[in-house]
Amino acid sequence: MAPLLEIRKLTHIYSQGTPFEHVALKDVDFVAEKGEFIGIIGHTGSGKSTFVQHLNALLKPTSGTVLLDGEAVFSSPQRIRQVRSRVGLVFQYPEYQLFEETVRADIAYGPKNMKLDKEEIEQRVLEAADFVGLDPELLDKSPFDLSGGQKRRAAIAGVIAMRPDILVLDEPTAGLDPRGREEIIANIRRYHARVNGTVIYITHSMEDIARFASRLAVFCEGRIVMDGVPGEIFRHVEELERIGLTVPGITKVMALLRARGLPVPEGIYTIHQAMDALLGLKGGGENA
Amino acid sequence: MNIIRTEKLDFEYDAESGRGLVLKELDLEIEEGSFVAILGHNGSGKSTLAKHMNAILLPTGGKVFVSGMDTSDEERLLEIRRTVGMVFQNPDNQIVANVVEDDVAFGPENIGIPTAEIRTRVDEALKAVGMYEYRNHAPHLLSGGQKQRVAIAGIIAMRPRCIVLDEPTAMLDPSGRREVLDTVHRLNRENGITVVLITHHMDECIDADRLIVMADGAIIADGSPREVFPQVELLRDTGMDVPATVGLAWELRKAGYDMPLDALSAEECAEALYRVFG
Repeated sequence: MAPLLEIRKLTHIYSQGTPFEHVALKDVDFVAEKGEFIGIIGHTGSGKSTFVQHLNALLKPTSGTVLLDGEAVFSSPQRIRQVRSRVGLVFQYPEYQLFEETVRADIAYGPKNMKLDKEEIEQRVLEAADFVGLDPELLDKSPFDLSGGQKRRAAIAGVIAMRPDILVLDEPTAGLDPRGREEIIANIRRYHARVNGTVIYITHSMEDIARFASRLAVFCEGRIVMDGVPGEIFRHVEELERIGLTVPGITKVMALLRARGLPVPEGIYTIHQAMDALLGLKGGGENA
Repeated sequence: MNIIRTEKLDFEYDAESGRGLVLKELDLEIEEGSFVAILGHNGSGKSTLAKHMNAILLPTGGKVFVSGMDTSDEERLLEIRRTVGMVFQNPDNQIVANVVEDDVAFGPENIGIPTAEIRTRVDEALKAVGMYEYRNHAPHLLSGGQKQRVAIAGIIAMRPRCIVLDEPTAMLDPSGRREVLDTVHRLNRENGITVVLITHHMDECIDADRLIVMADGAIIADGSPREVFPQVELLRDTGMDVPATVGLAWELRKAGYDMPLDALSAEECAEALYRVFG
């Protein structure tokens, strides 16, 4: 069976043939299966945003193909329409895209475009609002009366309401405080667990993504330079720092301990893992 | 000597809305030449406080003094704004010109600095933030960190004694954040400019001289980062967190190990761990 999403030799060149020509993606291969939670990391200009805009046919590859269920996303205008509702893209600072008179109408915009009937739309609006933890009482308010955090949730709900097979989020916690970040992350994780959908999550925050992604893809200069489980990726502390990414604080501390000769394993990135490794050290010492 | 002082500062955005005070009887003094970080959750009042520091907002109760000048004294407004410059979160909203050096010249032009001197100031400011070689570039083609440094240069060119930065790194990636932080630390160290950094990134506060934590319009902790971060429960109760290094030490203490809570940097934490587990 074809993978849910398959990208083959994707290259994207902006302003090709002009003095501003810029190769944003070069020969990228990528596969995502149903149920995966994939973190995409990379510094500004590494190509990650260009990459995700190909996933729902917003950008056309200069060369290479994007296949959803084995079928090209650009095969026909109908196909493009279908792909746009199956791959839901939440942009950075999505609250700037709210525009309807009420929160309900804003969340309903996507499903309405899918030509669903009224009851179905209402049901999806309620379901999506619940997924993002938005109080139903807020649905009749103007989006502009909501707080920053609530606006962000409403905007994410608008994409979830299309029940996409793949939910793509570009920095969904940017600008939020630690509690706001935790809430949005908890909502997305709950959504992912309940619908067993695929989530692709772009972020600069290694600290956050390490805790919940099942897989990480690291972008650098238009290529995927690492792709694997977080424990594997965080073994490469020096390489990650060289390409302008910061490894989680705990990973750094453990790398320093290892450099001083303590036998702690590589690829540790949570406080919990560090505790286990350190307490294991003591336990091991007593047995010896 | 203090450069900013608030006296029983009260503020509410709209008295009729019934939302209550955003800042409550806030007393604060900021020493000239210091690097002060202000940490707080969204809605804690930290940005509102920042906007009082150069008279963008005026108190609804109490007073704010900038270098001894009452911010509600309209005749001193220009002088107050020259003394304290503000840098905001979104670099795109702060850039007005099509060429980097024109953008930096905008502030000094507005306060009536003679042309010849503007030239000197713009060059100095761009060198101070490490953007001199980009002086003829178009700002929109720069990275976020570079744009933010140009915005800082625009403020420096007015030669303020204090810069207040309101979440200047919120929209930047890790290397952009590093660039901006290194720049403000250097301006503080080498040029003696007072820095007030508003943030909710714990790790940006580690190197500050002083860390102030705000919640619900009041100051709930105030001291050096080494004094403030060990107050793990207080910080977590107000929706903030502590650096991962402190979080690890906290868990190890709960498990009965004698770990200090003030080993903030990765190096200090590794050193303390080595002593316990090595």
